[in-house]
Amino acid sequence: MSIDSELIKELEGRVGIAEKPLFYEIEKGMIKRFTRAVGDTNPLWQDEKYAGKAGYGGIIAPPNFILILGFGKVLQNLIENPEVTVLHGSTELERHKEIKPGDVISVTNTIRNVRERQGSTGKMLFVTIDMLYENQNQEIVAECRQMTIIY
Amino acid sequence: MEKQLYYEDVAEESRITRLVKQPTTTQLVMWAGASGDYNAIHYDKDYALKRGLPGVIVHGQLAGAFLGQMLTDWAGDKGNLKKLSLSYKGMNFPGEILICKGKIVKKYFEDNQYLITLKIWVENPRSEKTLTGMAVINLPSKNDI
Repeated sequence: MSIDSELIKELEGRVGIAEKPLFYEIEKGMIKRFTRAVGDTNPLWQDEKYAGKAGYGGIIAPPNFILILGFGKVLQNLIENPEVTVLHGSTELERHKEIKPGDVISVTNTIRNVRERQGSTGKMLFVTIDMLYENQNQEIVAECRQMTIIY
Repeated sequence: MEKQLYYEDVAEESRITRLVKQPTTTQLVMWAGASGDYNAIHYDKDYALKRGLPGVIVHGQLAGAFLGQMLTDWAGDKGNLKKLSLSYKGMNFPGEILICKGKIVKKYFEDNQYLITLKIWVENPRSEKTLTGMAVINLPSKNDI
């Protein structure tokens, strides 16, 4: 079985300890790649003039955009071992401020808990991660709790 | 300019405009690149099969972004998505039609904001809800015009 006591111990040892923050400089190109992948053509995300007139001062990122910041890294940290499958369980996002090109967003991840369950094919782990997003002015722009399933 | 939706336009129990998507494998690769989620179960069929999956699967957060698009399309430029929760219940496969749907659960005034709580979900062609969630949106009010 791929979930061994060593992995569990390693993950449990990280519970409650904030990881080193990751920094993302938000560029228009990042937002464009995101909206293209989704197929979302809302001018608020790509037309400076339109978004300015709408009262945002310029383009803003769509609400789901923040969820990609740091999440790839979360997965990488969980699946260094290719013999392990990681699935996404749930997402709980609370947004406080819009993100715009030029912002520098820091993401701080903390494993909140690790739960072990016996599945039909072996052990499964439910890992919950809290993610805190702050901008360059030390304002909290969003908070998120991600749950992943490892087996 | 799109027509703005106001708090007064919304009735509890009513449905919002649905959004239909049909993600392709190319789109999954675009999403992997855009999001930095390089979990190979989303683009490497051999790996996905080896991991016991029926094939490559759609990223949960991509389906979540479809729901986000449905909500921002509906709420208009002055609507503000404040909370979003997503529960990934089942797998979605590229090539399949996914229908994003939403229903208004509650409208209320709180902390000086006009708020709407919605139930949202993604349905596959077998009418299975593969992704379910809740959203809270702040809408402008005609009282403030």
